[in-house]
Amino acid sequence: MTAASAAVARSGNRTDRVGRSISHWALPAFTILAIGYLLIPIVVMIVFSFNDYQGKFNFIWHGFTLNAWEEPLAWPGLPDAIRISLTVAFLSTLFSTILGTMIGLALTRYQFRGRGAINGLIFLPMASPEIVLGASLLTLFINIGLRNGVLPPGLTLLPKSALSLGFTTILIAHIMFNISYVVVTVKARLAGFDRRLEEAAMDLGANEWTTFWRVTFPLILPGVVAAALLAFSLSIDDFVITNFVSGTTNTFPMWVYGVIRNALPAQINVIGSIVFLSAVAFVAATTLRSGRAIRTH
Amino acid sequence: MTTVGATATPPGGWRRRLFAAAPYILLAPGLLWLLYFFIWPAVQMFLMSISSGSLDSGFRVTGTLKPYTDALTKFSTQWGNSLLYGAISTTLDFLIGFPVAYAIAFRGGRFKNLLLFLVIAPFFTSFLIRTISWQILLGDEGPVLGFLKHVVGILPVDFSILYSPVAVIAGLTYNFLPFMILPLYVALEKIDIRTLEAAGDLYANGWRTFWKVTFPLALPGVFAGTILTFIPTMGDYVNAELLGSPKTRMIGNVIQGRFLQSNDYPTASALSFVLMAGILIAVLIYARALGTEQLTG
Repeated sequence: MTAASAAVARSGNRTDRVGRSISHWALPAFTILAIGYLLIPIVVMIVFSFNDYQGKFNFIWHGFTLNAWEEPLAWPGLPDAIRISLTVAFLSTLFSTILGTMIGLALTRYQFRGRGAINGLIFLPMASPEIVLGASLLTLFINIGLRNGVLPPGLTLLPKSALSLGFTTILIAHIMFNISYVVVTVKARLAGFDRRLEEAAMDLGANEWTTFWRVTFPLILPGVVAAALLAFSLSIDDFVITNFVSGTTNTFPMWVYGVIRNALPAQINVIGSIVFLSAVAFVAATTLRSGRAIRTH
Repeated sequence: MTTVGATATPPGGWRRRLFAAAPYILLAPGLLWLLYFFIWPAVQMFLMSISSGSLDSGFRVTGTLKPYTDALTKFSTQWGNSLLYGAISTTLDFLIGFPVAYAIAFRGGRFKNLLLFLVIAPFFTSFLIRTISWQILLGDEGPVLGFLKHVVGILPVDFSILYSPVAVIAGLTYNFLPFMILPLYVALEKIDIRTLEAAGDLYANGWRTFWKVTFPLALPGVFAGTILTFIPTMGDYVNAELLGSPKTRMIGNVIQGRFLQSNDYPTASALSFVLMAGILIAVLIYARALGTEQLTG
């Protein structure tokens, strides 16, 4: 081996060694830092829910108190906003899960023309910036109110006030943006579906209706539940689209957006913490349960 | 036999027809919803963008291009801010997200699910509340600057980050980071570890294996991640509003203001359409640059 090739081999080893130590130490350290970055605002939210702040703005740490936790709803408009958020989230989840599951079933179980176009139509709302979805819906509702432009058939039969900005328009918007997410989630679950199970049920004398409710539905149920949970969390958190179509009706994010101009009450942090901790508890509980189910099988 | 078949046909006939129509029955309600509240509004917004008039006198489609010339010429600062902040925060997200996704996919081991859970944990709190947490964190007397100013003493007392472009970019980078990590993780996770071993067997060192094998195979994830980060960043107005100043306004702030405060619907609609078209063109150029054949994988 010549000196030159030995030097090349050694330098190769050195870069290899550097590479290996990066992947052994730097990579995990970097990952931990990055995840810390993702979690810092959540920690701040929880810690500052216990802040005994001075004045109206909960910006600077002044000491520990349980005041906000003892009265988590003690701000004008807050209880109403939470009630509206929960109602909209519940109803939009219900409707979008039904509509989206039906589309998901049709797309995966039947052959028909125009599937490509329908897949595109499902994908588009997810690919559009939220601000454009909100703005275009607002344009529709304004035009209906003004009886302006070319209105979709049927909607003009409704009284003018039926679609004035408020609860109904928020609900319409939330169902709209949730449908696509439900379709995608349900389709993912249906992709691994064994059609022979349905054929077996039919061979054993079950009709289509019984087969659907006794065989198909229980099998796709986990996908439907996952889709519903996703829809619920998207709805309860939505601000950008709701801001365009809500008029003077406040959902929780809308209420927060309105109140932070004049004050930053710790109650925002308390509600945020409650939502976060219940979501974490829910995920932990389902993970533990499914883990146990796998072990007992 | 034939007589039995003949008597069975009449009831079977309408049933069969019903089941032939089943996909359309399943699709109809959801697709109608999307037609009415997604497609129709988009058409209406397009018509609005070539209209003139005001909220009082009503809007009439006149085919004017003034909203578009206004949209393209009057808001160069805000367009510039959107592009600049969008590009910087998407790049930062990629630089942070790739090593994290790589570490979780290849080095996660039994902590894989926990790490993924921590990556999506921010989604369990409201987007608005997370941004408010950044307000607290970056505040002049907040946990970071307050500490560095008064305890460590390395920063001048009047040093400030909040309401600057840096704060807006920090917020944008933070809020959309999980959208970068998840698709990257999915793409990296799919890579067969044996292809990397094969590269090693063929005397490629770690670095070469990464650039010649791992990274090209992860390109679909790179594409999806950058798109999913860049689109919402370009349309965002919440970070610029809560963490920025009038100087850091982005195009989303203009659209929101024109729609909800000044009721200048034609210009706002034109701005939304230019934003959509711009994003679409950027995505197509980007897909071409990365090589579309790799993106089907």
